[in-house]
Amino acid sequence: MGQEIKLIEFDQGWADMQKGISKLKRLLAGEAETPFSTREYMTLYTTIYNMCIQKGPYDHSEQLYNKYKETLEEYITSTVLPSLREKHDKFMLKELVQRWLNHKLMVKWLVRFFHYLDRYFINRRSLPTLNVVGLTCFLDLVYEEMHSKVKDVVLVLIDQEREGEQIDRTLLKNAVAIFVDMGMGEMNRYQNDFEVYLLQGTTSYYSRKAAKWIGEDTCPNYLLKAEECLKKEADRVYNYLHLTTETKLIEKVQHELLVVYVTQLLEKEDSGIKVLFRDDKVDVHCRIYLLYNKISQGLELVANVFKQHVTAEGTALVQQADAAASNQASNAPGGHEQVLIPKIIELHDKYMTYLNSCFQGHNQFQKALKEAFEVICNKTVNGNPSAEILASFADHVLRKGGSEKLGDDDIEERLEKIVKLLDYLIDKDVFAEFYRKKLARRLLFDRITNDDHERSILSKLKQQCGAPFTSKMEGMVTDVVLAKENQASFQEYLRNNPDVHPGFDFTATVLTTGFWPSYKSLNIILPTELVKCVEVFKGFYEKKTKHRKLTWIHSLGTCHINGKFEPKQIELIVSIYQASVLVLFNESGRLSYSEIVSQLNLTHEDTTRLLHSLSCAKYKILNKEPSSKSISQSDTFEFNPKFTDKLRRIKVPLPPVDDRKKVVEDVSKDRRYAIDAAVVRIMKSRKVISHQQLISETVEQLSRTFKPDIKAIKKRIEDLITRDYMERDPDQPTMFRYLA
Amino acid sequence: MMRRSACASKKTGQTNSTNPISCSPSDLFRSASSKASSKEMERIDNLFYFYANKSSGMIDPEGIETLCSDMEVDHTDVRILMLAWKMKAEKQGYFTLEEWRRGLKALRADTVSKLKKALPELEKEVRRPSNFEDFYSYSFCYCLTEEKQKSIDIESICQLLDLVLGSQFRSQVDYFIEYLKIQSDYKVINLDQWMGFFRFCNEISFPDHSNYNPDLAWPLILDNFVEWMQVKQS
Repeated sequence: MGQEIKLIEFDQGWADMQKGISKLKRLLAGEAETPFSTREYMTLYTTIYNMCIQKGPYDHSEQLYNKYKETLEEYITSTVLPSLREKHDKFMLKELVQRWLNHKLMVKWLVRFFHYLDRYFINRRSLPTLNVVGLTCFLDLVYEEMHSKVKDVVLVLIDQEREGEQIDRTLLKNAVAIFVDMGMGEMNRYQNDFEVYLLQGTTSYYSRKAAKWIGEDTCPNYLLKAEECLKKEADRVYNYLHLTTETKLIEKVQHELLVVYVTQLLEKEDSGIKVLFRDDKVDVHCRIYLLYNKISQGLELVANVFKQHVTAEGTALVQQADAAASNQASNAPGGHEQVLIPKIIELHDKYMTYLNSCFQGHNQFQKALKEAFEVICNKTVNGNPSAEILASFADHVLRKGGSEKLGDDDIEERLEKIVKLLDYLIDKDVFAEFYRKKLARRLLFDRITNDDHERSILSKLKQQCGAPFTSKMEGMVTDVVLAKENQASFQEYLRNNPDVHPGFDFTATVLTTGFWPSYKSLNIILPTELVKCVEVFKGFYEKKTKHRKLTWIHSLGTCHINGKFEPKQIELIVSIYQASVLVLFNESGRLSYSEIVSQLNLTHEDTTRLLHSLSCAKYKILNKEPSSKSISQSDTFEFNPKFTDKLRRIKVPLPPVDDRKKVVEDVSKDRRYAIDAAVVRIMKSRKVISHQQLISETVEQLSRTFKPDIKAIKKRIEDLITRDYMERDPDQPTMFRYLA
Repeated sequence: MMRRSACASKKTGQTNSTNPISCSPSDLFRSASSKASSKEMERIDNLFYFYANKSSGMIDPEGIETLCSDMEVDHTDVRILMLAWKMKAEKQGYFTLEEWRRGLKALRADTVSKLKKALPELEKEVRRPSNFEDFYSYSFCYCLTEEKQKSIDIESICQLLDLVLGSQFRSQVDYFIEYLKIQSDYKVINLDQWMGFFRFCNEISFPDHSNYNPDLAWPLILDNFVEWMQVKQS
C-alpha cells in the first residue's frame, strides 16, 4: 500500500505497552478504571505486531517474549506474594483463590496483547506458549512456596467438618481445584501434594474413631455410624474433591472402620452376631452384608466369623449330647440322638434361612455354612461315630413306636433333612452300613410303619449318593416282599403235604446273601420242634430251586411260646435262641449253667447273654440260684412257675450284641475293594498316569462315599502291582502304567 | 567253526583278485585269532566240564562251591553274584554251558587263575553307576527260585541287601534291615519295593530324611520306615 510504517524503537514500544499493563493491574486490583475499549486493545496488539515484523536488529520478538514473562514475575513477587504471606488459615485460602483468579485473568489479557508472538515466534524457536509461560510463573513462584501450607489448611477444615462444624465448601472446592490446575493436564500435583496427605489424614482420623467406637458402641450402633461416615465421605468428594479420589478415600474409610476391627465387632459379647442371631435381628444382618459386600474380600471376613459362630453352636450341641450320654453310663445309643439330630437340623434350617435372606445366598456364606456343618456332623458322641447316630435317628423315625405322633408330611420333611445332613458326613459308607443293619431289623421284626416312607428315603439317598449306595438296601426290601409271596405257596405246600407239617404256624423268610448284612450263625442245637421246621422248609425250597443253598440265621428268628405259669398262661415272644433255652426246661426241671452250655452247644458269651435276659432282666421267667444280678458259670436255673404279668402276651427282649466293631470292620473291607476298583478304573482309562494324579483322582471318585486315606491307597496300588494290574515306569518312578 | 570255513572261502576268493599271490594281512590275522579263539573256547569248555555235574550237564551248587574254593573266594561272596550277572545266569546255584561261555569269554578267562585275576576288574565294572542298577535288579530276580515267585522273604532280603548294598550304603542298609526285622506289615518284599529302596539310598538325605515326602510315589514300606526312624530319633 506504500504506507511507510514508522520504525518502533524497543524502549518506546515497551513504554506504550507498560501503560496498558498498568491499566490492567489497576483493573485487577478493583480500582476505578474503565475496561479496555476495542481501540485501546487494538493499539496494544498492533504495537506488539509491528515490533515483531520489523526486520533485522529491530525484530524485538525475543525481548518482548522475555518482557512478558518478567511482567508476570514482577507482579507476583511485588504484589501477590506479600499479600499471601501476611494471611493465615482460611483467609489465606481466600486470598489465594482470589489471586489465582486474578492471575488467570491477567494472563488472558496479556496473551491477547502479545498474541502475535504465539503465532510465529514460539514455533520458530520451539518455546512454550504464552499461556504455559503464564501458568508456569504462578506455579514456580506462588504454588511452590504455598502448596504445603494450603494443603494443611484444607485438611484442618475437612477435619472440622467431620467433627460437625460448618465450613465454606465453595472455598474448599476452589482451593482444591488449584492443585488440579497446577498439574496442567496431569493429576500428579493434585495426587502428590494433596491427595496422598488427605488419605493419610483420613486413615488416622478414622483409625482413632474406630478405636473409640469399638469399645463404646454396640455392634448395630457401630455399623450405623460406619454407614453414616461412608455416606458423608462420598458426599464430601462429590462436593469439593476431585472425583478420582472417591474410590481411594472410601477404601481407606472402609478399611479403618470395617476391616481392622471386623472380628471384635462381630464377636462382641453382648451385641455381636451371637446375640443378633439369637434375637433374630434380620435388619442388622442385612446391613452387615451390604456394607461388607462393597469391600473386596470383605464378605470373606464376615463369612469366617459366621462359620466360627455356627461351628461353635453346633459343637456345643454335640458336647451337650456327649455329656448326657456318658452320664447314662450305658453303651448303646440310648435316645440322646433323638434329641441331638433334631437340634442339629434346627440349627441348619435357621442358618439356611439367614443365608438365603440377609446374605442373599452368597457363595462365601454357602461355603462357610458347609464347612461349619462338616465339622459339626463328623464328631463322635460318647464314642459313637456320628454316622451311627444319624442312622439310629433315621431308624427311630421309620419304625413303629418311633414317630407315630408326627404326620406324614412331617416325617417326609425329617427324612429329607436326614439326607441333607448325610451330605456333610465324610464316612457315608459307615452310615450306609449302620442303616442297612437297622433296616434289616425293621424288615424282619416287622417294625415298618409305612412302606412309602421307606421307599421315599431310599430314593432320596439314591439321588444324593448314587445308585450303588442304595442298591443293596433296595434288594433287601424286595426280598421281604417276595418272601411274603413265597409264604403263600409254602402254605399251599403244607396243605398238600400234611404229614410233614410241623404242627404249628411257621414262616421262613429267604434273604439274598449279597444284599443283607453278614450275620454270624451259631451252631446251636435246636429243639426238635424247630429242627422239623427247618427240614420241612428245606424240602419245600428244594422243590422250587435246585441251585441255591440255604443257611439259617436263627439269631434273626422269633418264636411265640406259651408259658404255663401257675397264675395264668402267658404267651412269650422270644428269639429262637431264648426259645431253645426255655424248651430245655420242658424235659428237666433244673439245669446248671454248664449243662445248658453243652446241651445247646453255645459259647459262654452267648449263653450268659441269653440266661441274663431270662432270669435277671425285666421278666424273670427262670429262677436263678444264687439270685445275683449277673450270671456266673456255677449258677443253676429252674422254671419259675410263679411268674406273671398283667398282660397276656409279653415280649422278652434280648439285647443285641454290640456290632459296632463288626460294622467298622466290614466297612474297612468294603473300602479296600472300593479303592481297588477305583484305581483299576482310572488306570484302565488313563493308561499312564502320575502318582499324584492317581491319588487325587481316586480320592475324587470315592468322595461320594468316604474319604480314603493316602496310605490305604498306596497299599492298594502296591497290591495291584504285585497282582500285575499295573507297573511302575522303570525310567520314571513317579509314573504308573496300566498292564492290560 | 563257521569262521574257519568263512576264512577259508575268503582265501580262495582272494586268488581271483589282481594280486593272486598275497593274502591281505587281515585275513592272516583273522585266521590266527580264530584259531586262538577256538583254542580258548576249548579250554573254557573243558573248564566247564571239570566243574559240571556229569548227569545234569550243568555246574550245580556243589560244583560252584568247588570252583569258589579253587578261586579262594567264599561262595557267599558278592563277587560270585557279580560273576553270575556277567554270565546272565538264570537259575540261582547253577551255570549252564552257554552262560559259562558267555561269562568267561567276556572276562577273557580260560583258566581258574585267570578267572580269579579277573574278579577285581569285574567288581569295578559292576560298581560303575551305569551298570550297578542293572546288577541290583538282577540280584533280586536271581533269588526268585520258584516258578511263579514274585517276592522274597524278609530274612533273605536282609542278607541280600547286606551283600549287594552294604559296602556302598552301610548306614541305610543297617537301619532298614533293623526295621524289616521288627515290622509286621510285610512278610515278603517285591521287586518294586526292592528297587524303591535303591532309589531311596541314592536320592534321600540320610539320616535326616529332610527331602523325603510320603505323599510322593515312594512305596508304602519306605514311608513306614521313615516314620519309624523319625520316632526312634526323637
